Amino acid sequence: MKPIYFDNNATTPIAPEVLDEMLPYFRQFYGNPSSMHTFGGQLHRKIEEARAKIAALIGAEPEEIIFTSCGTESDNTALMSAVESYPQKRHVIATRVEHPAVLNFCKHLSRKGWRVTFLPVDSSGRLDMDAFLKAVDDDTAIVSIMYANNETGVIFPIPEIGNILRERNILFHTDAVQVAGKIPVNVKELPVDMLSISGHKLHAPKGVGALYVRKGTRFYPYIIGGHQERGRRAGTENVASIIAFGKACELAKEHLDKEADYLKKLRDKLEGALLKLCPDAQINGDVKNRLPNTTNISFKYVEGEAILLRLDEYNICASSGSACTSGSLEPSHVLRAMGIPYTAIHGSIRFSLSRYNTEAEADKVIEVMPEIIKELRTLSPYGKG
Amino acid sequence: MWEYTKKLKDIFLHPKNVGEIENPDAVGEVGSIICGDALRLTLKIDKETNRIIDAKFQTFGCASAIASSSALTEIIKGKTLDEALEVTNQDIAEYLGGLPKEKMHCSVMGREAMEAAIADYKGEITPPEEKEKLVCQCFEVTEEKIRRVAIENHLTTVEEITNYTKAGGGCGSCIPRIEEILKDIWHIKMPEMPAVKKKLTNLQKIALIQDIIEKEIRPRLQADGGDIELIDIDGNTVVIALRAMCVECPMGGVTVNNIQEKLKELVDENIIVETG
Repeated sequence: MKPIYFDNNATTPIAPEVLDEMLPYFRQFYGNPSSMHTFGGQLHRKIEEARAKIAALIGAEPEEIIFTSCGTESDNTALMSAVESYPQKRHVIATRVEHPAVLNFCKHLSRKGWRVTFLPVDSSGRLDMDAFLKAVDDDTAIVSIMYANNETGVIFPIPEIGNILRERNILFHTDAVQVAGKIPVNVKELPVDMLSISGHKLHAPKGVGALYVRKGTRFYPYIIGGHQERGRRAGTENVASIIAFGKACELAKEHLDKEADYLKKLRDKLEGALLKLCPDAQINGDVKNRLPNTTNISFKYVEGEAILLRLDEYNICASSGSACTSGSLEPSHVLRAMGIPYTAIHGSIRFSLSRYNTEAEADKVIEVMPEIIKELRTLSPYGKG
Repeated sequence: MWEYTKKLKDIFLHPKNVGEIENPDAVGEVGSIICGDALRLTLKIDKETNRIIDAKFQTFGCASAIASSSALTEIIKGKTLDEALEVTNQDIAEYLGGLPKEKMHCSVMGREAMEAAIADYKGEITPPEEKEKLVCQCFEVTEEKIRRVAIENHLTTVEEITNYTKAGGGCGSCIPRIEEILKDIWHIKMPEMPAVKKKLTNLQKIALIQDIIEKEIRPRLQADGGDIELIDIDGNTVVIALRAMCVECPMGGVTVNNIQEKLKELVDENIIVETG
């Protein structure tokens, strides 16, 4: 049975066009792009074509794109490069709601002696700009603030932050993994120095990412070895996945406007119906400033893992910020940073859509969800069912 | 994703004995919504035979918490109170065909609810846990519970204690205390500490405090994203600064207290730790 897949902020299905594009590079063209023979060396050109497509999606120059293995590597590389390039500066700024790729790297830096400021957000997940202005100082090596949050979809004011940092000549990195392909990104106008994107969030396979590094930005490699990526990221290129990534970005660019409208309509329908049909439910995050594909809804007095397992019976895929699904005993750091009450955090469910979701799939969720919530509430000592 | 057994999933999807007995003879409530799971157990008890005639539950929690609650009610129905008190968390886990190790605390919660209910029936008033007796403040776990669960389930590591009781799974500041409890239970040899009760010179005392902070305290805080900096030592006053995740940790006060206890124990009982 085909899953009803509403977990696209976790990962996305590979687009059929993308898969077609990459397969020959497993079966036939298995060469190494660094080789002197034509068989391998010709792949170099394919990689450059892919680089140009990725650059085009975000308005960059091709030589400003470095291929990596994933979004996490892009984020780690950006932060590491900044602190290596400015060794005299001992302060780093991030937010409390960053992806673990940034959050835990910053904690690592803090253990190594850097001063780290984690900026707070308000109850709608909006960044505390006063705290940001206060935190920035001449000792700041880099500021890393995500473009949009993976759990709530809330979009941060990246242009505003970037302009302030540019005036003060401070390096600015943004994790745009959840944004690329969903809303327009144009680094020509966006005052960022580095920007991370990931293949598998936009219908390319897992295992490939990219870091945009603005021309003229000091850079220090994270993975050290051969001359690949002009010495900025060593290791033999993941040829097939890079080619796939290029194709996926080309498709994303083509579909960008139409897709955002479609996703927003479908998301709003799903969200609106669930709020109407399930009492004691609330949206987490700033509804005025969200990614078009994401909704994070708390169903109070019930626990998220239990909801997900009930949905799983219908082959419906979503995710939750509850403690039981996090692998730790604590619920979502994002919802906690927002000060969402525990009655609501444990019952938070995220639905994240892609272009492959249909209205019928949304209808199925709308059909089964109210009954699931009602049943689980009759089980719960807090439920009013 | 957790690897639940088919049996557990079936019980989760079709739990038995859901709800609340009207005019129950006994009520047992454990957990809280803050911790992420809570169980309310109600029992009907035959006063002649002390036998549990009926048991119902309401549970807020994940699939394994719901399944554990259902299993508990099935196991204890028909048992006398004495028989029921012999039911262990292992029995509940076995009934479910096993639990993922990270979820063992769900079975412990089931057993606790039953004990609370029977205590309620017998009119034993269990006072609310006093704050100072708690080892883990985040999940409100007492030393007594840690000791009991550790012995009953032969747990020897902090990770196992966390899996079974949640203690240590929040801010992590109680991990050194849990280690001490485990050492005490299993008589694990304590690492050799320098003989300290002799009168120390000021220089020796400073060196010892630095050594303990570096080797004993810092690595534990760092393991949880926290850190500490020694600012000054003035007589018996040790001035420290909490760094990194400790700064934002609501348990910061507890951490400072734990550090003071450690230094009192190992250096001088007059040590006072202050944050600078």
